[in-house]
Amino acid sequence: MTALQQIPGRPLRKEKVVIRLLLLGLAGTTIYALATLDFGGIDMAEAVRDTLANLKIIFLHPGGPRLSFLSALEEVIITLGLAFLTTLFGGIIALFLGLLGAQNLSPKPVTVVVMALVALIRAVPTILWVLIFAVAAGLGSTAAVVGMTFHSISYLTKAYAESFEDLDRSVIEALKASGANWWQIVFQAVIPSSFSYLLSWTFLRFEINFANAVAMGAAAGASGVGFDLFMASGFYFDLREVGLITYIILAFAMALEAAATRAKGRIKHAG
Amino acid sequence: MPADIFVRRFNNGLVFFLSVAALTAGSILITQYDVVAGFTSIAKAFAWGARNFYPDHHAMARLPEILRKLWQTVLMSIAATTVAAIFAAFMAMLGSRTTRFNALSSILVRGLASVFRNIPLVAWAMILMLAFSQSLVTGYLALFFGSFGFLTRAFIETVDEASLDAVEALRATGAGYFAIIFQAVLPSCLPQMVSWLLFMIDTNIRDATLVGLLTGTGIGFTFDLYYKSFHFHEASLVVIMIVITIIVIEMFSNYVRRIIL
Amino acid sequence: MTQVSQFPGRPLLSGRPLLEVSQLVKRYDAGKPALDGISFSIRKGEFVSVIGPSGAGKSTLLRCINRMIEATSGEVSFEGASVGLLDRKNLKRLRSKIGMIFQHYNLVERLTVIENVLHGRLGAKSTLAGAAGHYSREEKRQATEVIAMLGLSDHLYQRCDRLSGGQKQRVGIARALLQDPRMILCDEPIASLDPNASRNIMEQLKRFSQEMDIALIVNLHQVNVACKYSDRILGVNAGRLVFDGRPEELTPEKISQIYGAESRSLTAELGEQYAS
Repeated sequence: MTALQQIPGRPLRKEKVVIRLLLLGLAGTTIYALATLDFGGIDMAEAVRDTLANLKIIFLHPGGPRLSFLSALEEVIITLGLAFLTTLFGGIIALFLGLLGAQNLSPKPVTVVVMALVALIRAVPTILWVLIFAVAAGLGSTAAVVGMTFHSISYLTKAYAESFEDLDRSVIEALKASGANWWQIVFQAVIPSSFSYLLSWTFLRFEINFANAVAMGAAAGASGVGFDLFMASGFYFDLREVGLITYIILAFAMALEAAATRAKGRIKHAG
Repeated sequence: MPADIFVRRFNNGLVFFLSVAALTAGSILITQYDVVAGFTSIAKAFAWGARNFYPDHHAMARLPEILRKLWQTVLMSIAATTVAAIFAAFMAMLGSRTTRFNALSSILVRGLASVFRNIPLVAWAMILMLAFSQSLVTGYLALFFGSFGFLTRAFIETVDEASLDAVEALRATGAGYFAIIFQAVLPSCLPQMVSWLLFMIDTNIRDATLVGLLTGTGIGFTFDLYYKSFHFHEASLVVIMIVITIIVIEMFSNYVRRIIL
Repeated sequence: MTQVSQFPGRPLLSGRPLLEVSQLVKRYDAGKPALDGISFSIRKGEFVSVIGPSGAGKSTLLRCINRMIEATSGEVSFEGASVGLLDRKNLKRLRSKIGMIFQHYNLVERLTVIENVLHGRLGAKSTLAGAAGHYSREEKRQATEVIAMLGLSDHLYQRCDRLSGGQKQRVGIARALLQDPRMILCDEPIASLDPNASRNIMEQLKRFSQEMDIALIVNLHQVNVACKYSDRILGVNAGRLVFDGRPEELTPEKISQIYGAESRSLTAELGEQYAS
């Protein structure tokens, strides 16, 4: 066993090298960023103190003279409505794009084009889509829904296409052999067998769209609780009202998250 | 009876479609969504875009300025994400079933992560802006808090899903807590955690646009300025530059994921 | 019930046994106890198999010895020290002297063979060195030697998720050996392996037990395998020790006592083995 006294050299493994380089690069970038970014010459200690004091008011004394609890609730329901419309429109369009994007249902060139289109749509931030459509439709709910729908389409197309691809090729083959055409296969085999996945993915997107709808209310003048948040903090500087709104959003978001976690569990379980 | 199945399926379908239709009608009513304008605006927006929304040579002159702001925003997003990831990794060790000290620490961490994640980014931005005013710090902290909540949860799930077997084996050799974390838990989970980190950077660059718009900083503010002053050629250049950045980062992320996962 | 096994060519050690278990009881929440007053002792270098139907408490028994599971009552003493009384630090020291091998190998699959084997040294390291994964040259040399002994030299830097089941189990054995253990606990080491790999693993275990004088406690499903390799067999049924003796004392009646209703097929299997 003398030959083994010498430990053979360790070959470099690509994945390890890549992870190390990446983490090193990110650490370097972060240090560079924190050192060079212009943070606007604010007094950090004072700002932190102020923020803590603000947070205390926001979270310990929610309330407000302008906005009652009930009207805040009404505004949240409007936000939920925006999220629902966005998800529905996005889902319907994504259903067709998903069929075109699934590799077991469509020819390769079509899937490539669909997936590239979807990636392009996703690369534009939601707020920019909304503002672009606001030029034609005016700032408000209509532009917000149309703009947000674009992102939902891109997210759901990818999710739906993957769900369709899970369907066994042999099932499609069997139906083809029996003389069924493409549409018959889609409606009799593909959609029924992946329906519960589709529903779960759609619900996950609904949760995301709720947060988006709040953001569009604040940044693009869509109605709903986001706009109230923007007014309370940006115009009236009313911290107690900000607190009330934050609590209500938090309650709804957590409820949606709990439901979405169950939906996700279903996807994983079946997958 | 076979007929029953078809009747039941038809009824279920009917109920499903009716409830979706009712919800849709209700939503359209309360949000004052204009269905006709919704459809026509898409066509109008594309027609308008073709005429006005492309960079001309005046816009190209602004490119260096736009790139500078974009670079700033990307740097800020990366810095916010990595720092949040470090905190999130610590929290995930306290929160995961495999590595937690006790059940209480796990519940506390999960609760904290949930609060941070579910307060929307805009709320963080608006709250922070009151004290930090219109500066990059506001955006940085808003992205940091949101990422911290999201990554803590993602990391906890990653560690929970990794196999407990190796941890048991190391415990049986008499290895200590930190040796187990660094020699068994992290090697198993690091690739998945890095994948989440890359996803978060991608998301944060897009969200930084929104936050910048609200807090008057970075590329979001640049877009807003051009947009509000009807300089659409310049605004379109901003959008194109953001799209290119996001797609490059996504392609890079996918390349890294292919190697490490 | 304590029979002392004697084998030619092996000196009978005087003094205290390596491991003494007395009146061990483990009770999970409600219902019947998983272990119900088990007592036995094990000498240095002894190869002991534990057989019994699934759910009899074999796995729990093994894990109560190094306190991966805390026993409800009873005493375990290893090298004369009472295991139940050890504080955290000394418990880790104890565990570093006892190797463990698992049914599902329990490797960090993303790491290489040598990294997994070196994990056997973690129990002997300081917190910092252990966390940083810093190993001395000497430790690395030992690791390569042990890996060579198990015939895995070609896979030194291969990731463990690319290995076959038998190879993974050999990595598991190498990890345990690198602890320089007095005893190794083996929990169903061949339950997930094919017959050829199983034979290889059992022969390796037997060899190390004899050459390095390591005591082995092996949980096994297969009675014939237990008979073939062990110095002594313990039979467990419903948390109680119902047999403790040499393989040749294991008569079909004893087997049916251990296995209850399951026994018929097993006796047939045993007959075949003796016939061959």
